[in-house]
Amino acid sequence: MRHIRGIIGTVMAALREIFDEAAYGRFLARQDLPSSRSAYAAFLREHVVAKAQRPRCC
Amino acid sequence: MRKPVRILMWLALAVLGALAVATIALHRGEQINAMWLVVAAFCSYALGYRFYGKFVAAKVLALDPQRATPAERLDNGRDFVPTNKWVVFGHHFAAIAGPGPLVGPVLAAQFGYLPGTMWILAGAVFGGCVQDFVILLFSVRRDGKSMTEMAREEIGRVGGFVAYVAVISIIVILLGVAALIVVNALKSSPWGAFTIAMTIPIALLMGVYLRRLRPGKVLETSALGFILVMLAIWGGQWISQTPPVARIFTLTAPTLAILIIIYGFAASALPVWLLLAPRDYLSTFVKLGTIALLAFGIVVLRPALHMPPLTRFIDGSGPVFAGKIFPFAFITIACGAISGFHALISSGTTPKLIRREPETRMVGYGAMMAESLVAIMATIAACVLQPGTYFAINSPAGVVGAAPETAAATISSWGFPISAAQMQSLAEAVGEQTLYNRTGGAPAFAVGMAHIFSSSLGGQAVMALWYHFAIMFEALFILTILDAGTRVGRFMVQDALGHIWKPLGRTSWYPSILTTSALIVGAWGYFLWQGVKDPLGGINSLWPLFGISNQLLATVALCVATTIIIKLGKARYAAVTLVPLAWLVSVTFTASWHKMFDPDPRIGFLAHAQQLATAAPLSHEVSRLIFNDRLDAAVTGVLIVMVALILVESGREWARVLSGRKQASVKEAPFVASRFAMEEPL
Repeated sequence: MRHIRGIIGTVMAALREIFDEAAYGRFLARQDLPSSRSAYAAFLREHVVAKAQRPRCC
Repeated sequence: MRKPVRILMWLALAVLGALAVATIALHRGEQINAMWLVVAAFCSYALGYRFYGKFVAAKVLALDPQRATPAERLDNGRDFVPTNKWVVFGHHFAAIAGPGPLVGPVLAAQFGYLPGTMWILAGAVFGGCVQDFVILLFSVRRDGKSMTEMAREEIGRVGGFVAYVAVISIIVILLGVAALIVVNALKSSPWGAFTIAMTIPIALLMGVYLRRLRPGKVLETSALGFILVMLAIWGGQWISQTPPVARIFTLTAPTLAILIIIYGFAASALPVWLLLAPRDYLSTFVKLGTIALLAFGIVVLRPALHMPPLTRFIDGSGPVFAGKIFPFAFITIACGAISGFHALISSGTTPKLIRREPETRMVGYGAMMAESLVAIMATIAACVLQPGTYFAINSPAGVVGAAPETAAATISSWGFPISAAQMQSLAEAVGEQTLYNRTGGAPAFAVGMAHIFSSSLGGQAVMALWYHFAIMFEALFILTILDAGTRVGRFMVQDALGHIWKPLGRTSWYPSILTTSALIVGAWGYFLWQGVKDPLGGINSLWPLFGISNQLLATVALCVATTIIIKLGKARYAAVTLVPLAWLVSVTFTASWHKMFDPDPRIGFLAHAQQLATAAPLSHEVSRLIFNDRLDAAVTGVLIVMVALILVESGREWARVLSGRKQASVKEAPFVASRFAMEEPL
């Protein structure tokens, strides 16, 4: 059971990384901010705009 | 596990793999089960990872668990973050998985299932996985530098320039051909066109929801977006069955091309958070789910392959694209075996997340194995179709004829029986007006996927839903590449133009945004328009161009890798990158020569131009086709000159280092001891 919980936890962590939730969490921790519209807007300015400049694979 | 047991286990796996490969290679005249392909793939990857990957890791790269990675040394919680290896693996796989491994193998299935499968397995284990792995490690040792920077530092300015041209070329050609695949999948399909059209307001809604209502809840928003897309697919059926509304969404190829060009321009200029980012999330959500679903479907349902191992078209006379098995099977498969584009990802975000050097094997080598498995699944999806059906869907009207009866008769005369009534019945089953001349691979993949699932999950009654789910998945996926790629291309052009006139380099200055967006959209839009107007369906000309540009980028990556290996004093192991490099060069040069100078007008651009010039009166239309052929020949020529340039420049650098005329020095970051060094070995 603990093994299954571990696998699910890793999959969820991977999904949170792929979908930028982990990056947003790190952004909040780094800036010492609670989650809010303005915090998310700031995150988008910093992270998502930079992400949009990276090539996507074929 | 004790050593003798381990040895026995690996021996058993090798025997099983050999049996599977022998079954795939030697069966003639009877169907085989798709599971043989899956078993061959699983065994090849396991053996490749365990033995070849480990050899490269230990002997060539000498992975050092004591050495701190940039994620550890430069940890800033933003770009550099030490991350769990499985999480990095998932992240890297999601980044490298694109439409290429789905489309290329479907097109290459015209040769039969054997050539494609063999190249996907061998190419990945000895080429693609090695390339991704070594570039990732070399980037990790250089603080996450990009491949273009590494090419400039290790090979010289020519290396950097060729890498830049290769990236721009691949982006433009990829976007043109990707858009063409969407056009061919959606033309005369009100159901498909409606579903895809709906993904735009759904993405906008997701953007607003994410920013205003639930900031940061991306997974939740993507799941909601997915539900809305499912509703759009369901609603599309009603649309297609309601003639007045269906007429609105029944679009011709040129109309769709214009709409996609407008969309590409708008998406490149709109704020990222509004359309691009939510669409990207939605696409990734659907992509990962569908790949997992397809893998599950193939393993559980174990469909039989109807395509023969080899078809008569290995002689170069294929209707899907013209050209012999060598070099065109290898150019066509592209990303499923080796993709230069992956080197950009391996030297982008991923190296900044790697926690320990030994983890680069699992992430670099391992994720490419997963990508290759996606290509195997695409091969299976194409080959479960009756060959007659496959060729009816993928052959352009210019080859088989426009009328259903003519097309069916032509295809049947090749030894792949099909009737117009069968094709009509299949089209009705999937909710389409026709399935003829749907070149590009996406519709054939969708029919194959619908065929696999409808054989047990819901039966024929839901075949149309499965088909449109697959079409939605591919089109959504490709349109995301299109809007993201346009924006990336825009940034690259802005970066270059900024050296000429500074304001043009400012990414937030609207005149610059509009000018550079128009340049990029104009470039890929031209290729798209050319493909739409091409009587041979466009794919015949454009997909090989894409394959050549992709393999050019892989050539750059392997030249960089070989140069670094030689400079590390490991020239005796340089064959691990030199052999795939030599293969790629021979494939790329041969394919380019054929595409430019082959006397067969179906293969050679210049021969086709000559045929048009002599056979028909020079109308405006014919003149344009001749110009397009000459342009394609020129683009191919430029790409091959780039390959030659990087080879000559790399060769000179190798000779200088090996002869002792130049002191070998690599630009690695200095050694710092890792605090993760004592963790269990991988």
